[in-house]
Amino acid sequence: MSDNYVPKSAVGKWFNDRLPLLNLIYGHLLPYPTPKNLNYWWTFGGILTFCLVTQIITGLVLAMHYVADADLAFASVEHIMRDVNYGWLLRYIHSNGASLFFMAVYIHMARSIFYGSYKEPRELIWIIGVFIFLLMIATAFMGYVLPWGQMSFWGATVITNLFSAIPLVGESVTNWLWGGYAVGSPLLTRFFTLHYLMPFLIFALVILHVWALHVPGNNNPEGINVVQGSQDTVPFHPHYVVKDMFALVVFLIVFAGFVFFVPNLLGHTDNYIEANPLQTPEHIVPEWYFLPFYAILRAVPDKLGGVILMVSAIAILAFLPWLDTSKVRSAKYRPLYRQFVWLFFANVILLGYLGAQTADGLFLIIGRIATVYYFAHFIIILPLLGYIEKTKPLPKSLSEPVLSPEERQMKAAASGASA
Amino acid sequence: MKISTNLFATFLLLLSFSITQLHAAGEMKEPMHPDWSFEGPLGKFERASLQRGYQVYTEVCSGCHSMNLLSYRNLIEEGGPEFSEPQAKAMAAAFEVKAAPNADGEIEMRPAILSDKFVSPYENEQQGRAANGGAYPPDLSVMVKARHGGADYLYSLLLGYVDAPSDIKLDDGVYYNEYAKGQKIAMPQVLYEDAVVYTDGTTATPEQMARDVTMFLTWAAEPKLEARKRIGFKVISYLLILSVLLYFTNRQIWKDTH
Repeated sequence: MSDNYVPKSAVGKWFNDRLPLLNLIYGHLLPYPTPKNLNYWWTFGGILTFCLVTQIITGLVLAMHYVADADLAFASVEHIMRDVNYGWLLRYIHSNGASLFFMAVYIHMARSIFYGSYKEPRELIWIIGVFIFLLMIATAFMGYVLPWGQMSFWGATVITNLFSAIPLVGESVTNWLWGGYAVGSPLLTRFFTLHYLMPFLIFALVILHVWALHVPGNNNPEGINVVQGSQDTVPFHPHYVVKDMFALVVFLIVFAGFVFFVPNLLGHTDNYIEANPLQTPEHIVPEWYFLPFYAILRAVPDKLGGVILMVSAIAILAFLPWLDTSKVRSAKYRPLYRQFVWLFFANVILLGYLGAQTADGLFLIIGRIATVYYFAHFIIILPLLGYIEKTKPLPKSLSEPVLSPEERQMKAAASGASA
Repeated sequence: MKISTNLFATFLLLLSFSITQLHAAGEMKEPMHPDWSFEGPLGKFERASLQRGYQVYTEVCSGCHSMNLLSYRNLIEEGGPEFSEPQAKAMAAAFEVKAAPNADGEIEMRPAILSDKFVSPYENEQQGRAANGGAYPPDLSVMVKARHGGADYLYSLLLGYVDAPSDIKLDDGVYYNEYAKGQKIAMPQVLYEDAVVYTDGTTATPEQMARDVTMFLTWAAEPKLEARKRIGFKVISYLLILSVLLYFTNRQIWKDTH
């Protein structure tokens, strides 16, 4: 699919003969055969790429003005908000951009889970995706520490303290992370460095993610294999380029709504108080996108156990292609899975809600049940469903929807009559 | 599909219900909500109110509270109180700051200029604590963004001083305020009738002063609010038009695909 490109200009031809970069871009963006039935849930891949690039560009400019020092960081962020030309805009895009990035990635993952996009032959695309998600978590967490407000400081304290749960070497590891005996400037400086580095690692993984995707091609809402280049597919350009652009612009309207009209809605007021190691905030809560995992962490009375469970909650995603034993991809043809997948989504939202509450009394009990259910979905429900579920008949191709026996008979009679 | 989405919707409904219940059980009184001119998608500050607010801050609040992130030059910037340059220069000159060391290495005091930060009432935190019975009056630069409830909360807090119920015993230096957390606060009531004499002749009722100074503090915390909303309106209008165009382009491209 990428060999048939001939540059029109002499310069283009000269260049392409020596480095077929244009071939590569052409093949992946223009005629790339895409299933014709992708719905709007499939537009989030493009939206996520946009989010990543936006974060990198705004972050680059913010880094030119930010000072990674415990005594200066808070004031330098306010300097950006007040004195840098359009600094307030850059910072609000960057901080809200992180939230919208996660909103989009959760939708993207939910789509994959609903339509079984992680299944054979797309396991590796999914696993690379899990690594991207992991890096996103690390990047966002470190980024939230940089303004050095109260939540920055205490969030960093809580999370880095988790490493002290490691048996024997825990304390040494924590001190090594801190670069001292408490959270302070050394930690802030290294978080800044890593926060700057990681988006580029994410970018590299995104290239692998798309590359791996373009080997088997996209999954689709029916979850069936399509023959590339058949009438089941349309060229990526202009069909999906324009469709993705429309979806992106709708997404941008929501994005702009946050940035320009409620820029601090998703943040915590305590982060406008400068970090104070002597005063612990009443409730230490992470950003909303970490809340489900935070709830799992706190569901366990033991620190080490909580950490292991929280890490497992993300790690288990990587094994999803094998935990789900059903051969049928799309939930459309899996009547039982379709119920359970919604329950799973509801449970994650419930965990998110619980992550924002105090971990005691009824909340703690519900949190524990929800945590057990989260893991049960992967370890018990998904493996079993593959065996007990009676799936609906799949259509042969996208152009030929599934027919009932009577319809098939009628169709056969019709074709017989015409022949 | 239908059953599961209904299930999901019911679940969300229950969730939102429980959230409301929890908030209702909070321990603080719901703050008052005056009609702020800066709210809404095209909101703006009232220039005169910001100017009066600055007067309230300087004559009442600044005795104890610093505003480290603001400079006197901010007072003339667009979208703020928009004092004239001579006015702001005179306001700055009313304060003294440390000059750079002179030829003999001595540090003298000089009148503040536009590029200086707002002068703090105390040399350091310790001095502030010593002067206030151990409680340090926090910096007010981003106070409106640093408290849940924002402007409404600050406005209510300034007016929330009432006599403590007889069953509540207050320690020295602790005051009763309906809107404070646990109804106790280390700041005494400051806004009494005519606590300032407004230069523009406005009657200085506590409500008026609370309103003006809260407006001023909202601007201080978010000095680019007006520009933000103005640009945001244009950006969203542009995106809406673009989305309509793209919607029809998309339909046109897909019309022959079935």
